[in-house]
Amino acid sequence: MLRIGSGAGFSGDRIEPAVLLAERGELDYLVLECLAERTIALAQKRKLHNPEEGYDPLLERRFRRLLPILGEKRFRIVTNMGAANPVAAAERIVQIAEELRCPVKVAAVTGDEVTDRIDLEQEVLESGCPIRSYAPIISANAYLGADALLPALESGADIIVTGRVADPSLFLAPMMHHYQWRQDDLERVAQGTVVGHLLECAGQLTGGYFADPGVKDVPQLADLGFPYADIDQAGRATISKLEGTGGVITLATAKEQLLYEVTDPMAYHTPDVIADFSTVQLRQVAPNRIEVFGARGSARPSMLKVSIGYQAGFLGEAEISYAGGNASGRAELAGEIVRQRLQQEIEAIRIDCIGSTSTHRKSFTPEVVPYEVRMRAAAIAPTAELAARIGEEVEALYTNGPAGGGGVRKSVNEVIGIVSTMIPRQNTATRLTIRELSI
Amino acid sequence: MKKKLYQLAHCRAGDKGDTLILSLFPYDERDYTLLCEHVTAEKVKHHLQGIVQGDVIRYELPNIAGLQFVCREALLGGVTTSLALDTHGKSLSYALLEMEIEA
Repeated sequence: MLRIGSGAGFSGDRIEPAVLLAERGELDYLVLECLAERTIALAQKRKLHNPEEGYDPLLERRFRRLLPILGEKRFRIVTNMGAANPVAAAERIVQIAEELRCPVKVAAVTGDEVTDRIDLEQEVLESGCPIRSYAPIISANAYLGADALLPALESGADIIVTGRVADPSLFLAPMMHHYQWRQDDLERVAQGTVVGHLLECAGQLTGGYFADPGVKDVPQLADLGFPYADIDQAGRATISKLEGTGGVITLATAKEQLLYEVTDPMAYHTPDVIADFSTVQLRQVAPNRIEVFGARGSARPSMLKVSIGYQAGFLGEAEISYAGGNASGRAELAGEIVRQRLQQEIEAIRIDCIGSTSTHRKSFTPEVVPYEVRMRAAAIAPTAELAARIGEEVEALYTNGPAGGGGVRKSVNEVIGIVSTMIPRQNTATRLTIRELSI
Repeated sequence: MKKKLYQLAHCRAGDKGDTLILSLFPYDERDYTLLCEHVTAEKVKHHLQGIVQGDVIRYELPNIAGLQFVCREALLGGVTTSLALDTHGKSLSYALLEMEIEA
């Protein structure tokens, strides 16, 4: 039996559940998925400023906790924390290992970066506009598959660090390596992909993002444990979590995660397979223990998806609160004033009244009078100076707006846009870099 | 008798670019056919008017007693450049659960 634990579901994820899994999970592999769509473009920006950077901001904190455990237990780590710079990430891990006196072998997998290989005349999938209309482009990264990780796993490295790899592939690769599954063994590859998809968001399978008090209760949510899977030779898996950790694994939590962010459940595209979720069976075999089997698949696509990051300007945002009598009326007036004062300079300004309709753009329940309302103004502008005008005008409401406004907060943030294109698989080439520390 | 979906089912929202993805599962799997009958793509599109501008496609998954609604042009451009407060549209699962059906 092969056991794979899920130690992170996004870049900013909690570290403690991964540490617990590493210590007590009797794992063969710990996978840390830390790369969202735009995270890599932000990492590319950091690398532009400093060529030694561009990996996950929490890499250091995570490895300081995990490396000593890795030296004690016999498991391997697979992670996309390399982000825009897997080689620098591997070097940093070795430096930390040196400080902690932990011998380690780290393999960095590169080749996802295809910025100089994309055709700027090609249309992006979202809008049909040519790629060049999204200038200035920061980065283009192809989603690599499990095959890109196999040489690193064969190298015997303790830690495999990558950049853009499809999330389920991070889990599938250890399965393919351990059981020597062939790429054309579609049922096993599809089944491994489904297991990877279930695990990739970590806590979202064990009751994170699920609780609704009194309706969908989750015990000990503050101590939420992360999941692990025991996978057999045929790809059949049992998913569980550590005894004593918080959270819950039920058919309901597993079903929500199975369909999470899936745009076509009958044809879930990854670089490894096109998986069919309509044949997947979930079975509760014990408390906090789910069996998953039955996935089908067809041959992997010939094209890989590419995420392109581009500079989209600056987001200016500001808020101010109104409370008590006619709070809504005063907040709406404040928004209208800001709109009028800025309309010559900034075309599309968004005004929200937080407390009534800001989240869903409307209310699905009959009108209730809120005691307090927070007015929010936001717009994307081509320059930081122009974006800052939003905050200036909201702040000016103190002495130039309706009565009783308070608590202004304002910010300006650079916006990285993301669009997608496709690239032929053969136009990517992966490379392995090994960094080793023996003591 | 009219019932809110909230009383019968649970839902999670996900996003891919400007596409909102809503999965819907009855608490009692025997209610799956009821949901199939009443929660059609057309009704979801109507319920989410003002939010979803594009098509709504419904996928049926009897193997897990679940429905998947894929709603195009629903997130004001999508997570990276949207001006919305909830740029992912993650809270929209509870907008679907506000829908009323005959049950």
